[in-house]
Amino acid sequence: MSKLTKEDILKLARLARLQLTEAEVDKYAVELSEILQYVEQLSSVDVTGLEPTNQVTGLVNVTRADEIKSYGYSPLDLRKNLPSIENDQIKVKRMIG
Amino acid sequence: MASQWLPIDQLAANVQSGNTKAQELVEQALTTIASKTEYNAIIATTEDRARERAAAIDAKVAKGENAGRLAGVPFIAKDNFLVYGAETTAASNMLRGFVAPYQSSVIEKLEAEGAICVAKANLDAFAHGASTENSDFFTTKNPHDVTRVPGGSSGGSAAAVVLDLAPFALGTDTGGSIRQPASFSGCVGYKPTYGVVSRSGVVAMASSTDVVGPLTRTVQDTALVMDIIAGRDDLDSTTIEREPAGYLVPNDANSIKGQKIGIIKEYMGEGLSANVKTVIQDAVAKLKAAGAEIVEVSLPSLPLALAVYYIICPAELSSNLSRYDGQRYGHANPDAANLDDSYTGARGTGFGKEAKRRIMIGTYVLSSGYYDAYYKKAQTVRTKLIQEFDQAFKEVNFMLGPVAPTTAFKIGENANDPLQMYLSDVMTVAANLVGNPAISLPAGISNGLPVGLQLMAPQRADRALLTLAKQTEELL
Repeated sequence: MSKLTKEDILKLARLARLQLTEAEVDKYAVELSEILQYVEQLSSVDVTGLEPTNQVTGLVNVTRADEIKSYGYSPLDLRKNLPSIENDQIKVKRMIG
Repeated sequence: MASQWLPIDQLAANVQSGNTKAQELVEQALTTIASKTEYNAIIATTEDRARERAAAIDAKVAKGENAGRLAGVPFIAKDNFLVYGAETTAASNMLRGFVAPYQSSVIEKLEAEGAICVAKANLDAFAHGASTENSDFFTTKNPHDVTRVPGGSSGGSAAAVVLDLAPFALGTDTGGSIRQPASFSGCVGYKPTYGVVSRSGVVAMASSTDVVGPLTRTVQDTALVMDIIAGRDDLDSTTIEREPAGYLVPNDANSIKGQKIGIIKEYMGEGLSANVKTVIQDAVAKLKAAGAEIVEVSLPSLPLALAVYYIICPAELSSNLSRYDGQRYGHANPDAANLDDSYTGARGTGFGKEAKRRIMIGTYVLSSGYYDAYYKKAQTVRTKLIQEFDQAFKEVNFMLGPVAPTTAFKIGENANDPLQMYLSDVMTVAANLVGNPAISLPAGISNGLPVGLQLMAPQRADRALLTLAKQTEELL
């Protein structure tokens, strides 16, 4: 049974870009271990000869014509939700340098 | 349950004929909503928008124009449906204050036929849950017993229909989130075949199982709403062609007689509470008396379905929730020292406990070294389940069983045990993994609480299922 350690949780939090408190890390280690223990019952299931199912519609290569279609929405509507805007540009933290 | 609303088609006809004003219907809904706030079914009304639309519809009618098949009919949308210009939160702090810059295709279709969204219903945040206790705002109360949950994650939508706040509501069902609250709260809840209804503009949870569906007082209303919202959408490439015939079911008294219906053995065993079992068995007796051939079917992989779901669902949602990075919309961390902190801080405080739990499980099962053992294995066991369903549907036309192992549980009962909460999905997840349609019909009251009967049909047999459901509804 997979028992997740504090380090495991910190690693997952890192991968998922989640900032967690100490208390959260400890609690999630317990909870996630319980959940993983439950789902691990699949490890003993025989799936010889079976392929994974990624989607249930059977659709393949759904395409559309390469045409611009207007839905009547405005880019200005996107501005309403921007956390930080300057000179009509989305302002983010420095990425380089 | 006596309702203040006529059946949806009659409401629309009255508005189209000018006998009723759309504005009256909207005020009626808003007044009712305001009188029942103690149930916490609603996050916010969209009253200004609704009044504007109602006025426009009445004006159209006055000019003799066609205002649509749902002319003036008020409805409530689960708050994970983007409604243009309205706050859409998914009941999460991550999207508090987020104003939808476009809207879901389903809302678009309903509005094109004259329906009017009057409010957004509460849900478990990001649809992660079975009770609305995971809402970052408040817990909705079961209309039959305020100490109990309405079910989830579409708990607000189910409560809204049962409280008569509007003639119908919209929900989403990823692992049971329309059917289980319909069962707990006492209304009709429909999960269509995966792909029949567009998911464009609906906050994504698990993309290979999410579906959109209606919650209503009657099957007839569900069929009409389905008629409007079903169909291929260019904005959702996972949508399939709908059945060409309308879903509005004719009054066909013979649709039960001669039908072979399989009771799902694995759903009727140990885990099922006695009071729910009794209601289901009574329903089966009624179907038998009406001429259905009732047999038992067994799907041996069903006990694995929950484990399959709780690998696939967190995996897919961890991917879908990665877009909430605090940069373009949603909760942000503006005081962060650097880019990394601006991501982790926004996500750490914007997401609630359950979202973080599921994101991390998803991240784990998809990570290098674990992907094959968990995600790929789960998707392969999924294939096994699909094959068993296909096999069963060669023997029977439909399948039936309970929707949930119990009636509505008490608020707080499962809140501290995530795994226990997941177990309430045990009878609903299979239909999501397989993609076939399923419905919850109010089948009776046990100890004062509603019990839903679940009926299922093969993939793409929505019309047949709704036809059976309508006749079954009349027996129950």
